[in-house]
Amino acid sequence: MGSGKGKSEARPTQPSVELADKSAADLIGSGWEYAPAPEARDIVTIDPEYGLFVNGDFRPAAAGRTFPTINPASEEQLAVVAEAGQADVDAAVAAARAAYEQVWGPMPGSERAKYLYRIARVLQERAREFAVLESLDNGKPIRESRDVDIPLAAAHFFYYAGWADKLEHAGFGADPRPLGVAGQVIPWNFPLLMAAWKLAPALAAGNTCVLKPAETTPLTALLLAQVCQQVGLPPGVVNVLTGAGDTGAALVLHAGVDKVAFTGSTEVGKQIASAVAGSGKKVTLELGGKAANIVFDDAPIEQAVEGIVNGIFFNQGHVCCAGSRLLVQESVADAVVDRLRRRLTTLRLGDPLDKNTDIGAINSRAQLDKIRQLSAAGDAEGARRWSPPCRLPAKGFWFPPTLFTDVSQSHRIAREEIFGPVLSVLTFRTPEEALVKANNTPYGLSAGIWTDKGSRILWMAQRLRAGVIWANTYNRFDPASPFGGYQESGYGREGGRHGLAAYLDV
Amino acid sequence: MSDRKTAVSQRLAVRKTYKLFIGGAFPRSESGRSYPVHGHGGELLGYTAQASRKDLRDAVVAARAAFTGWSGATAYNRGQVLYRAAEMLEGRAAQFAAELCAAEGLAAGQAEACVAAAIDRWVWYAGWSDKITQVAGAANPVAGPYFNFSVPEPTGVVVVLAPAHSSLLGLVSVLAPVIVTGNAAVVVASEHRPLPAVVLAEVLATSDVPAGAVNVLTGRGAELFGVAASHMDVNAIDLTGAAAFDRAELEQAAAANVKRVFYRDEDWAAAPGIRRMLSFLEIKTVWHPAGI
Repeated sequence: MGSGKGKSEARPTQPSVELADKSAADLIGSGWEYAPAPEARDIVTIDPEYGLFVNGDFRPAAAGRTFPTINPASEEQLAVVAEAGQADVDAAVAAARAAYEQVWGPMPGSERAKYLYRIARVLQERAREFAVLESLDNGKPIRESRDVDIPLAAAHFFYYAGWADKLEHAGFGADPRPLGVAGQVIPWNFPLLMAAWKLAPALAAGNTCVLKPAETTPLTALLLAQVCQQVGLPPGVVNVLTGAGDTGAALVLHAGVDKVAFTGSTEVGKQIASAVAGSGKKVTLELGGKAANIVFDDAPIEQAVEGIVNGIFFNQGHVCCAGSRLLVQESVADAVVDRLRRRLTTLRLGDPLDKNTDIGAINSRAQLDKIRQLSAAGDAEGARRWSPPCRLPAKGFWFPPTLFTDVSQSHRIAREEIFGPVLSVLTFRTPEEALVKANNTPYGLSAGIWTDKGSRILWMAQRLRAGVIWANTYNRFDPASPFGGYQESGYGREGGRHGLAAYLDV
Repeated sequence: MSDRKTAVSQRLAVRKTYKLFIGGAFPRSESGRSYPVHGHGGELLGYTAQASRKDLRDAVVAARAAFTGWSGATAYNRGQVLYRAAEMLEGRAAQFAAELCAAEGLAAGQAEACVAAAIDRWVWYAGWSDKITQVAGAANPVAGPYFNFSVPEPTGVVVVLAPAHSSLLGLVSVLAPVIVTGNAAVVVASEHRPLPAVVLAEVLATSDVPAGAVNVLTGRGAELFGVAASHMDVNAIDLTGAAAFDRAELEQAAAANVKRVFYRDEDWAAAPGIRRMLSFLEIKTVWHPAGI
């Protein structure tokens, strides 16, 4: 993991872990010294306490309940946050309704657009502040929050701002109407980015929003609420309710909510779909995945290895579209796995605020437990576990990058979403076999293809049952590019012109 | 059916047995059951097969098996196959009109107009097969050196609960948009007006629609709808024909495997628009780097 210390200090983290290839570790991993390069933390001011953002102002929860949010890399408390109850949900939905009827709904699209452009610009201006706060609250490396989460969040607002006054040209009829009040529940893996994915298209289409950020990552959504104040967004157009599952349930079930948008686990997505059944609410769901990343024997191996690493270890594998099943053609399997091991030996795990860090902290103790439990199932079912020599910090929640080989289709680690830095390696002989194995899942969010042969890319891309196909790349996102799943990975799309349909009465 | 009206005829007519349509074949219900179908005036029109839950599961298996081929056919080919079905419909127009007179109590002129509208609607949808991708797809201008495009693809196996009252025009209006884009369909016909659906199945069987791409069941909604909604190998369900049922219960069952659920009661005579087609399509987005 190239922790900057001598090899003698590196130790395996699990008793069952094999030692890494010695020569590779000597050559690359522990041979290079890195000085710490921490991003300045004091760029962001964290208040000791945060209220709920309702009708343009922050207020404590009606019942006075609060909960702490911690830095998963150190377990230190960052702030205390209000926990919204039913009365707060009522107030937020009422504020959103009033804003929809009196301000945001009647407002010309060109004026809505300008508010969204303002938000995009402020996100760009204050990007470093957001990036540091995101890494503190979520545990992800600053390199990712700085280069991916925050710029993409700003880009989403910028993209959808431009749609607000062009809806009649979006292909949904001459005068497509918004739905009303949107209740939006988002996950902890990309806290600000998911808020942007939800808010930007909803607001552009003319809806007002009540956003429920994840329990473990409320802070950037609250900073975004402050940005809404800063840009003069009319009160009630965006409301932010912090809380846990009960808060989210109260929001999506609220009779005053016309539209439910949820990103999270398939299990909770099913509960939501069932709970709102028969209500007539429009629902979009972005749920789990178990993506196949398929490497053919003619693939450029070094690029493929980078793509595999990016596919599963980006954001500690806390990615619904993570390439968590590596399907590699048998003839190159050993070569690919060897190079993959060597590459993993060079990954740097540690302080999320260090600019050299590749792998940050697991977001919560609960998630760490889940990753450990599923990895243990991998051991128990006979798969072979490997991690590079890797020193894990004493405090916080950490899991080393992990490879499982000798995995079969029936293993839990090949079927269930782990949502962590754990890659299951399977092999295939023919494109047909790769296709059958890739599609053998109830999910269908994404897939990767690595080959030099163009016709094979298109053949595979046509037949993979997944909403996003990355060919000779992986984990690319763009506001203009629709994202969403087939089957149990959910329905509806976010991004692009298609993303507007989720927030229009079409 | 002319022998119903003419008590004394030169020859005894050969009456039809109304059966199910599963995987391209016309079986009776595996349960051995049938039920009487009455005309608008209460007269007995005949008996039709009463599909069981097992028949429904068999139909889903047939649809799943047909899906790969039907969805993989070229759009041009699917358009021609559907157009061929319209030709067969036209040839049976008189038979459909007679069925509609009996089932819905329409006057002869009304029935003929209804059949004409149904045929025209089928032709309208047939033409969409190779156009919907351009209307619903996109080339996406992403901020990077990538070629990125989105295309609509069929959702998979779709159960269609056909409208209770409009037994031909309504049926065509819910079935055609599902299959023209490459989905495989399991149709549960109107419980009390099922016979036009059986005749439509005979039309499809003599067109070039592949076996299993369309399956037609007649039976009791109370027995079949819940099984359809909860079936784990069904990707989407159109609840339009369940207007008289507890839709919340069906939607809850559908949530078990994140089915796409569609419901929209319509004026079947009105221009349909493309909403039904879009509701049973998935958007797939493909990325590839651009470089040398």
